[in-house]
Amino acid sequence: MVEKYRSQYGSGLDPLTYLGQNYLAVDRSLIPDILRLLRDEEQFDYCVDITAVHYPKREKQFDVVWILYSFPRNERVRVKTQIADGASLPSSVSIWPTANWLEREVYDMFGITFDGHPDLKRILLPDGWKGHPLRKDYGILQQDKEWVQINLGIESGQ
Amino acid sequence: MSDRKNDSTNDVSIHSLSNLNLETPEKPYLDSNELIINMGPQHPATHGVLRVILKLDGEKVLGTECVIGYLHRGVEKIAENRTYTMFNPYVDRMDYCAAVSNGLGYCEAVEKLMNVEAPPRAQYIRVILTELNRIASHQLWLGTHALDIGAMTPLFYTFRDREEILKIFERYCGARLTTHAFRIGGCQYETYAGFEKDVKNFLTFFAPKIDEYEALLTTNRIWLERTRNVGVISGADCIALGVTGPVLRASGVKWDLRKAQPYANYSKFDFEIPIGTNGDTYDRYLVRMQEMRQSMRIVEQAVNGIPEGPIMGKVPKVIKPPVGEIYHSIEAPKGELGFFIVSDGSTQPYRLRVRPPSFVNLQALDLMVRGALVADVVAVIGTIDIVLGEVDR
Repeated sequence: MVEKYRSQYGSGLDPLTYLGQNYLAVDRSLIPDILRLLRDEEQFDYCVDITAVHYPKREKQFDVVWILYSFPRNERVRVKTQIADGASLPSSVSIWPTANWLEREVYDMFGITFDGHPDLKRILLPDGWKGHPLRKDYGILQQDKEWVQINLGIESGQ
Repeated sequence: MSDRKNDSTNDVSIHSLSNLNLETPEKPYLDSNELIINMGPQHPATHGVLRVILKLDGEKVLGTECVIGYLHRGVEKIAENRTYTMFNPYVDRMDYCAAVSNGLGYCEAVEKLMNVEAPPRAQYIRVILTELNRIASHQLWLGTHALDIGAMTPLFYTFRDREEILKIFERYCGARLTTHAFRIGGCQYETYAGFEKDVKNFLTFFAPKIDEYEALLTTNRIWLERTRNVGVISGADCIALGVTGPVLRASGVKWDLRKAQPYANYSKFDFEIPIGTNGDTYDRYLVRMQEMRQSMRIVEQAVNGIPEGPIMGKVPKVIKPPVGEIYHSIEAPKGELGFFIVSDGSTQPYRLRVRPPSFVNLQALDLMVRGALVADVVAVIGTIDIVLGEVDR
């Protein structure tokens, strides 16, 4: 399957396997196309999860991961891409509606924006919160003190 | 303090409505027929702290917006700051109605990452406890869901019978709800003397009880009126929205991870996947009732075939999985529960992502209640079977 697309997309696509699980390391520029292709041509009709991993020491700080499943093939695949801090990705809500909340959570936790998302705002944290907790530079005891004091009327949430 | 809180709540509700695909209220007043009401976060029918903003036209629902996060504890962040072993009890606190399933999913994911396997006896104990927990979770769902709709008796019946399962858990590992029953590599505890007898007694005790529940509800006229053709969702919509578990199966998609991609040792057991046809609230009820019966079948086979042997695999004292990443998912009572773990070779996960079934399933609420009556919202929230501890993590 990958060979077919490799000729089409060149070196931007790297198929890998670890512990029997397949994943594709994909260049950022291929992102909406390859996801749409996986759904339309390869029957990956179920988007299980979208998440991200933060590597602060790398030049492109974030790995964004799509975990996909195909009902007809009973197969999973992960798509991974690297993006820099402050860069954005095209939204996949038009491909899988389930991406709506999942992308909102990635935005909430990492501050990665998705272009074309119908309503990109925080989902688990309050709207006015500052900072993105799952970044590695956000300490485990850190919190938005100002928000806590104004909205909860207490000194500290700890 | 309370004034300030109210102000901010109002701000959020107007802001939140902007994505309802309806006209954004540019002026501060609404069409005279339209009404925005706020349901929750403190509302008995939301099963926790879920806030739903409803846009109504009379009694008809035009759109909803869920506001979640009230129970957010940052489980994924905590995982990055704990060792693999230390994080194990935390997963019980996500879906606290099905703590055993969460533990199974997490332990298996780490085992897969370390490339070890639990010994057969541990696998059997795991299956027995997980399936008992599935029954307990469905009992809790049935009792509260029926209570929401107005039937009070099932609540007492289900809680009475759920007690028997919790007693088995308590005797096995000392805890009733957040059990922490499994360890990475197997089980911590050997079964107590009389465990098998207790489980078998439970099976004979419980078989007529399901019939009792069904006698109360299945042909009950009020129950039928309140659940049939309420919250209908098609199989294709379920897949597009990522909805899994009994909701997906009630819409006619025969998919269960225990069969599709067997984990633990589910491939050894003989059981059916119950499915529905209409995808309405009544079908989801029937599917869950059948699932309880199927779980009993699995428990029966497992308790009769439980082998002798060790209960812990060869796992080092300090758990240090090699550099790499893994996604492993199990069929929790509510749907696909996945763990995506990235290891950097140290004793702590570099990143641990939980794919919660409740969170993703809750997204379908809007589609399921649009055009329905406001009283049906309560029925649909109940039928999706969410646990806010898992939605918010």
